[in-house]
Amino acid sequence: MSSAFSTSTARNIFFGGTVFFFLMFLALTFDTQQQLPQRDQRAQLSNPQIAAGKKLWEVNNCIGCHTLMGEGAYFAPELGNVYKRRGPEFIKAWIQAQPTGAPGRRQMPQFNLSDKDIDDLVAFLKYASEINTANWPPNIEG
Amino acid sequence: MQYKSQAVAKPYFIGALGLFVAQILFGLIMGLQYVVGDFLFPEIPFNVARMVHTNALIVWLLMGFMGSAYYLVPEEAERELYSPKLAIVTFWVFLVAAALTVVGYLAVPYATLAKITGNDLLPTMGREFLEQPTVTKIGIVLVALSMLFNLSMTYLKGRKTSITTVLLLGLWGLAVFFLFSFYNPTNLVLDKFYWWWVVHLWVEGVWELILGALLAFVLIKVTGVDREVIEKWLYVIITLALVTGLIGTGHHYYWIGTPEYWQWFGSVFSALEPIPFFAMTLFAFNMVNRRRREHPNRAATLWALGTGVMSFLGAGVWGFLHTLAPVNFYTHGSQITAAHGHMAFYGAYVMVVLTMISYSMPLMRGRQANSNASQVMEMWGFWLMTIAMVFITLFLTAAGILQVWLQRVATTPLSFMATQDQLALFYWLREGTGVVFLIGLLVYLASFFKGEKVAA
Repeated sequence: MSSAFSTSTARNIFFGGTVFFFLMFLALTFDTQQQLPQRDQRAQLSNPQIAAGKKLWEVNNCIGCHTLMGEGAYFAPELGNVYKRRGPEFIKAWIQAQPTGAPGRRQMPQFNLSDKDIDDLVAFLKYASEINTANWPPNIEG
Repeated sequence: MQYKSQAVAKPYFIGALGLFVAQILFGLIMGLQYVVGDFLFPEIPFNVARMVHTNALIVWLLMGFMGSAYYLVPEEAERELYSPKLAIVTFWVFLVAAALTVVGYLAVPYATLAKITGNDLLPTMGREFLEQPTVTKIGIVLVALSMLFNLSMTYLKGRKTSITTVLLLGLWGLAVFFLFSFYNPTNLVLDKFYWWWVVHLWVEGVWELILGALLAFVLIKVTGVDREVIEKWLYVIITLALVTGLIGTGHHYYWIGTPEYWQWFGSVFSALEPIPFFAMTLFAFNMVNRRRREHPNRAATLWALGTGVMSFLGAGVWGFLHTLAPVNFYTHGSQITAAHGHMAFYGAYVMVVLTMISYSMPLMRGRQANSNASQVMEMWGFWLMTIAMVFITLFLTAAGILQVWLQRVATTPLSFMATQDQLALFYWLREGTGVVFLIGLLVYLASFFKGEKVAA
């Protein structure tokens, strides 16, 4: 690079550019925060089952095998839309029946959840399925 | 090695390489579980193996960054480290905390681990890559603060170079953005939105500053090119990285409940993210071509060039492959994501840490470079691991394309599990290349014990 372009010029461009684009990122974040109430179903959060369900989702590390809105591990099915794909009764029965023990098949652990726990988890999955995800996934299979 | 205290880097590097081995072993377990679903079930369920695989990676890269910084900052500042003792104590705290966390993952069910570590008081567990118990997260913050104090004091009292400025900026940013891991609202969209402030703003933000600074340091050392030239390159590269990468965060905000304008911001800015990585490739090759000395450590030069190429391929090309919103609509959360993740982490961060280790370890062991035999062996490790990673990525990409087609594009889409059955061939091939990677790693590690040629 030519000597007309000095290190201090380069440094100034770095700091200026970084600050500018970080502020722009913050502005977009602020705007997103304003728009989220129309998309994220926050009115539902007054239902304590959802918070309890999310906690169960977390402490059983569901994300270690499954994806939720496409984020997580890619070992087991997408669960962001599982409520719509399978419905509440199937989800409950499925969780209770694990592991299948089918030889050579991927196994889901038995988490020993109570009926109340499973209802909370289903409430959380129902809430997740109603968030406006810009029509993702492409089809019901996730 | 010009300053005695630089040697504190050594335990960090050894600890990092130990965790690297654990990471690969658990990766092989997971890879096998992809095709032999009940392998090691219920002793090591997939989610546990994955936590060990990803968390070991994160922690060993952090250890590698820290070791690199402890080595680099005194030399650049032209004085001893502020407190070598603190650096050593910090290392042991970090290693013990990491070991206890892994033991916790393996010994008890995750829900039990959450209970006994007091997750109820401040629930932060159970989110991808941030699975560590809250107490471990607090420990990571303390370890980072101790390092930042030690290095900043060294920096402030010594010569300030662009390399140390950028490195410290990266390390401070790493600590600051990690604090978002303590924010875990019930609102899933907010949870995910700020989760990316740790994950994306680390790997496509502040970590790139660390990467650039470490690469620049090694290139000055092995090529003898003027610092002025190298520092200018460094600033240009990190400017491009942050200008594209900050708003590039938007490529994670397409489908998680966030407004749809992110599809535009994310697509445009992240489509430019390969540019800084390409600049890094040009940088590495240019500097080596213009070298003013023949450094005897040819292995370190190879790692530096490799970092330039592989970070561009993994982070740049494989990132671009699925970053445009209309493409990502189909590939989001598929094996394409996994393919990109593997090559990007290896090409950028694994390789830059191994570059620093390759350059500094011989110096810390009292020689400018290792024997020819040892370097040849190290380069075998380089090629085996790198080529294995290329093929792991290619096989996962093939699996991903097939998966997207069968599950998301076909007129009669298959279910997730039915699709997985169809991908078995590629998963087997990936597992095979994973074994090659492990062999490469063992060869690499063996090179540390290979001395001068001795007549038999």
